Amino acid sequence: MESTLGRVGLWAIVLMLAIVGIAGAQDSGFAVHMGLIAGVAVLLIVATMTTFDPLAKAQSIFKMPPGPERYDDDVVRWGVIATMFWGLAGLLAGLFIALQLAFPILNLEPWFTFGRVRPLHTSAVIFAFGGNALIATSFYVVQRTCRTTLALPGTARFVFWGYQLFIVLAATGYLLGVTQSREYAEPEWYVDLWLTVVWLAYLAVFVATILKRREPHIYVANWFYLAFIITVAMLHVVNNLAMPVSLLGSRSYSAFAGVQDALTQWWYGHNAVGFFLTAGFLAMMYYFVPKQANRPVYSYRLSIIHFWSLIFLYIWAGPHHLHYTALPDWAQTLGMVFSIMLWMPSWGGMINGLMTLNGAWDKVRTDPIIRMMVMALAFYGMSTFEGPMLSIKAVNSLSHYTDWTIGHVHSGALGWNGMITFACVYFLVPKLWKKDRLYSLRMINWHFWLATLGIVFYAASMWVAGITQGLMWREYGSDGYLVNSFIDTVAALHPMYLMRAFGGLLYLSGAIIMTYNIWMTIAGYQRDEAPMADMEYDEEADRPLPANPQAQPAE
Amino acid sequence: MPENANNANKRIDEPTGTELVGHEWDGIEELNTPLPRWWLWTFYATIAWALVYVILYPAWPMVSQATEGVFGWSSRGDLQTELADAQQARTAIFERIGATDLDALANDPELLNQAIVGGEAAFKQHCVQCHGAGAAGYEEYGYPNLNDDDWLWGGTLSDIEYTLTHGVRWEGSGETRLTYMPAFGEIFQKSEIDALVAHVLSLSGEGPGSASGAALFETNCSACHGVDGAGDRAQGAPALNDAIWLYGKDKASIAQQIRAPRHGVMPGWSDKLDPVTIRMLAAYVHSRGGGEAEAPELPAEDETETADEVATTQTSGDDERG
Repeated sequence: MESTLGRVGLWAIVLMLAIVGIAGAQDSGFAVHMGLIAGVAVLLIVATMTTFDPLAKAQSIFKMPPGPERYDDDVVRWGVIATMFWGLAGLLAGLFIALQLAFPILNLEPWFTFGRVRPLHTSAVIFAFGGNALIATSFYVVQRTCRTTLALPGTARFVFWGYQLFIVLAATGYLLGVTQSREYAEPEWYVDLWLTVVWLAYLAVFVATILKRREPHIYVANWFYLAFIITVAMLHVVNNLAMPVSLLGSRSYSAFAGVQDALTQWWYGHNAVGFFLTAGFLAMMYYFVPKQANRPVYSYRLSIIHFWSLIFLYIWAGPHHLHYTALPDWAQTLGMVFSIMLWMPSWGGMINGLMTLNGAWDKVRTDPIIRMMVMALAFYGMSTFEGPMLSIKAVNSLSHYTDWTIGHVHSGALGWNGMITFACVYFLVPKLWKKDRLYSLRMINWHFWLATLGIVFYAASMWVAGITQGLMWREYGSDGYLVNSFIDTVAALHPMYLMRAFGGLLYLSGAIIMTYNIWMTIAGYQRDEAPMADMEYDEEADRPLPANPQAQPAE
Repeated sequence: MPENANNANKRIDEPTGTELVGHEWDGIEELNTPLPRWWLWTFYATIAWALVYVILYPAWPMVSQATEGVFGWSSRGDLQTELADAQQARTAIFERIGATDLDALANDPELLNQAIVGGEAAFKQHCVQCHGAGAAGYEEYGYPNLNDDDWLWGGTLSDIEYTLTHGVRWEGSGETRLTYMPAFGEIFQKSEIDALVAHVLSLSGEGPGSASGAALFETNCSACHGVDGAGDRAQGAPALNDAIWLYGKDKASIAQQIRAPRHGVMPGWSDKLDPVTIRMLAAYVHSRGGGEAEAPELPAEDETETADEVATTQTSGDDERG
């Protein structure tokens, strides 16, 4: 009873602070955000004071198996659902902005212009879809590879819900125009502070779980998860150092200015790719690929060398985003050479993933989940070759500011991050919800092909668009004058933009099929379908030819 | 943990024939495969390449500045060289165009063509934002179409060059092209404006016209636009008797323009562009289809107007160009 009272008191204080925030808000975006927080506080007060338990209600809707669990998987189940939800939202936003580029009339003032929906798309797919996948899988993997339950289970739940609140604040902020205008770090100062609290709690849960492990060694996946969590904390805090204009307003000024600001931003931006989208997802790969293939990891030594070289080299490569800018030449050189040296460390992960299938390559034919993992690793390899190549100044002078960069990012994001996440979710759902198997394997096959074809359309059209754009911008006529105006290049790219949107539509369609498949699996259905690996076997034909040719009848 | 990592029980993985390390986590084991040689040597090669590169190019930050590299390359230096080369390649042409007066330029096809090409490049950089990539203007915002032969301020090379240099209603130049049409919204009744609109439309053969509108036009408008609506380039009054409209040809647009006229602004470019580039831009705009010849026998101002009136009457046009 006393703890109930104490909690109600705490939420009431939050509610009052939020109301003060609304009353004194300097701008409407801040007021809306304080309103959201007040709403959460009211919900928590009601839930604490009455028997109404929204979580339990939702648990039953999503058919979450009741405890006691052997491993603490509630947060993982929530995370899987959140991953699917934000994934659909993010992909839909992506399709919408792709169509906006092809048909500018779709820019709906003031909330749904390209400038506002674009960060919604990037944050939704990277931080909401990818982030939830990372949090969920890390909690799943760390328990099993440490043979222990989550340390600080209450904090783990706070991490999940706190992260969702961060996403909602960030996403609504973008549409309302609350932004720092820092790419991939758009949320304003108070949302950043909140994420810092959540992230440190995440670090605490993860490290504490590793510390209470029952295994003598820490598995390689956990090295990668730990590197991801620690580095993202550091990147997030440094890049978002800012001075708020008012404590009750959503505006702030960066602690850095000019080219220092740009360099800090791209140190952050590049390592968000390096540690969020590479290290974190390699951690997923290192657990789920050997599990699904049921094979040992290819090379322990390679995992050590490529882990440390990747971690050490990645952090220096950021300046390659600022080639041919006001950034001093020496820093550009630094960014370029470290990017080149990063090539093999990146490929170490691909090699270790792909070669783990040695002895199980037949599963590529029979197991669509393995097929997704292989495709993910293939796209990881392509993107991590393309990245160093684009960092070479001569190449960059053509590719920079063009759609080639967009194509590069998406071959990595759709191919690597998307595919490996889909594969992991397919792996996880039957186990988390105690089902024999997924609703349908054939639907995974459909998903695989729709996604693959979507990526091909996306990446190919953006390669063509980017190179076209780059060549048109620099085209000099024999008279010594530039040949094209900017708008000429925009017109030339229109067909490519249509193809890109089509590719996005295919990819989204695959994700919708997946959602249905997952939903039906959780609901407890199994689709009545022929198994994927069913091959005709004709015993009569399965024999050597007779030695005597006369035995063959003439046709 | 099932396997004891310390003891040397060398288990071999069947399918690959490789030794297992001996650790196990949740059923996952690891092979003791050595680093792939091609991987390792490629990694070494990239490191070696990086070491060479940072000696050849600017790389090591020191106390006051970074090392310059053996090649002495810098991106700014590179840019300067390229700009200088491009400049160098064009210098001869620039000087010739700058030294040639407009009459002579019009009579030198080779040089004129060079000017047009250079003007086109400059147009794509400075002018397309308003006038469009095809120079067709934007009627909704009153950006004139430059491809027709209907000129607000005159279509000879010298007229166009003057407009480019000083702009239209441009605060930055004391000699800018300047004209304002009075707002008639507070002077006329709505019915009178409707009658005027009908008359204006009838000038270009649209609709039956209006007798009262014609009377109002005669009294209030003809001083600038002319009795027949042919306009007056001396004061930048658009011709109203052609099919070309600056702010739209529907009744509402015309009525609005009578009530409260919008007055577009074009910057004068003399602050930003050099005179030769402006001359080349004039040549380009002149070449778009509506360029007019300088009339030889009269002083320039008069000639232009005469030529304009003739041209506009023939084509029955009403609009404008920069």
